[in-house]
Amino acid sequence: MTAVLDTPAAAPAQPGTRVQLVDVVKEYAGHRALTGVDLDIAPGEFIALLGPSGCGKTTALRALSGLEQIDGGSILIDGVDVASTPINKRDIGMVFQSYSLFPHMTVRQNVEFGLRMRRVGGAERTRRAQDALDMVGLGHLAGRFAHQLSGGQQQRVALARALVTRPRVLLLDEPLSALDAKVRVALRDEIRRIQQELGITTLFVTHDQEEALAVADRVAVMNTGNIEQIGTPEELYLNPATPFVADFVGLSNKLEGSAAGGAVTVYGQRLEVLGDAPASGAVIAYVRPEDILIAESGLPATVVSTSFLGSLRRTFVRLDDDTVVAVQHEVGDRLEPGAAVALRFTGRPVVIAPKV
Amino acid sequence: MSGRMSRPVRVGATPGKAASGVILVIAGIAFLYPLYALAAFAFQPVGQHSGFTLDHLKALTDPVRAFQYQQLWEGIQNSLVIAVITVVLMLVFLLPAMILAELRFRSVRRVIEFVCLLPISIPTVVLAVGFVPVYQQVWHLTGAVAWVLAFAIGIITLPYAFRPIQANLSGVDVITLNEAARSLGAGWFQTVWHVIVPNLRRGMLSAGLLTVSVVLGEFTIASFLQQNTFQTGLALLEQADPYVASTFALAALLLVFLILVVFGAFGAGRRRSRKAA
Repeated sequence: MTAVLDTPAAAPAQPGTRVQLVDVVKEYAGHRALTGVDLDIAPGEFIALLGPSGCGKTTALRALSGLEQIDGGSILIDGVDVASTPINKRDIGMVFQSYSLFPHMTVRQNVEFGLRMRRVGGAERTRRAQDALDMVGLGHLAGRFAHQLSGGQQQRVALARALVTRPRVLLLDEPLSALDAKVRVALRDEIRRIQQELGITTLFVTHDQEEALAVADRVAVMNTGNIEQIGTPEELYLNPATPFVADFVGLSNKLEGSAAGGAVTVYGQRLEVLGDAPASGAVIAYVRPEDILIAESGLPATVVSTSFLGSLRRTFVRLDDDTVVAVQHEVGDRLEPGAAVALRFTGRPVVIAPKV
Repeated sequence: MSGRMSRPVRVGATPGKAASGVILVIAGIAFLYPLYALAAFAFQPVGQHSGFTLDHLKALTDPVRAFQYQQLWEGIQNSLVIAVITVVLMLVFLLPAMILAELRFRSVRRVIEFVCLLPISIPTVVLAVGFVPVYQQVWHLTGAVAWVLAFAIGIITLPYAFRPIQANLSGVDVITLNEAARSLGAGWFQTVWHVIVPNLRRGMLSAGLLTVSVVLGEFTIASFLQQNTFQTGLALLEQADPYVASTFALAALLLVFLILVVFGAFGAGRRRSRKAA
């Protein structure tokens, strides 16, 4: 497979294209779907746009592709503003959420389509299409039609079709969301492998945080039409910049506390605060389940339920004030519902938000 | 109360084999009996109520009686030309309009639907009389009767052409296909020609078949505009030779049926070849 990837057919013409969205605004009937998005994607970087439904992530991707005209700002590909360039001239590859293979064409014809539009000669077209199909492991299915393929196979073909033209940028619009869990993980890893081997700049839209954290170099978390935070998966998880990011990425316990002097006191324990903290007053502290330990002494609680998650166990406990808290711990520490336990914070800094 | 729970009746459930057979027989009789009566009459000896003869068919090749059928042959030719023109007009105007509305101007889809279905609610006589000035302009522009009738009958065929294409459009995710094709470098024309139209083939075939059927069966407009078509020729011939007129009517029905079978087989053949691939 590596041999195939080494061929010019599978390599992008200009690996490592820089993509910039500068103050991009998009409105729909008076509603601002994008409110001044700034995003700088380094050459060859894999960025995931993560956010809840309606946050504007797909709009941002469609604006970059040219499927949506923007109402303000600029979109730069290698420094050239392409905001007014039609989609078919932007030299991008795109994989859609819904299966987008042309039903009347075979797999090979589908993959060759972009090359035909670029008037690539027949022999080269066939060779490059075969290389691209081999790259996604479907070279043997070149003669089939879309309806003869599984969902995962169709998306693989769509990926081959998007890459065969050697685009400058690869855009993935929730390409895994229609697939079942096992196929999703396999294809997710394959997309990452191919992206790394080709070094193609990639923007991947998803609402699945596990997917985003697993494959992307950096993740941009979007909310209400703008990017709340962009960073590596570790940065987002360990140092969320806003309460929204802390709440959306991973699981957080929202515990009441009192802020003062750059720290927050939660159930009697003082914790450092991440980022800009409100000066003082009642706040909500976002504490990760793994930042709460089950100890021999500390905050008294009663076990409500416990779940086996493979390599770890998550247990929900109820505090004396009826607050339910999620705690993460070793698989071997099996706690029976009703058991009395004590909790202690690890002391890792937390994000806080004013209590409304 | 018998104590036995009655099974709820499923609306729209598939009938059993026996029920299907009964439905088929009743529908078959209702459809075939008039055809049988027509055929029996067409091959019936003159002045008799039974029997079989080919004399009426042989008369078609009789040079002495050729003048009697001249108008009908011309009417058939005119109708075929009109059918071709009407289908072309449908493909050139209606199909692109519907594709454009689906892809780019979705707000006008309802308007197109309303306009296309409107002729079905207006009596053909009203259409014919109301559009006479328009038809006269077409006549002045083209100088050909066939074009005049094609435009006139084309209005009537709109509902029949619209529905199959609309059904096909609804069944194919043309928006995603369009976006995929455009992202791969295709321009608008290339997208429509290489991607959208091939996926609307079934709708276009059905629309074409229905259009041909309507054209071959259209009488009112041709009669009002005093033009000679298959139906007007048939009406005239019926007064002189009702037996041959019945033969032609039967032949027209069989022709449309044959076209239907050929179109159906063509579609099925394509499906089979895909599955075999």
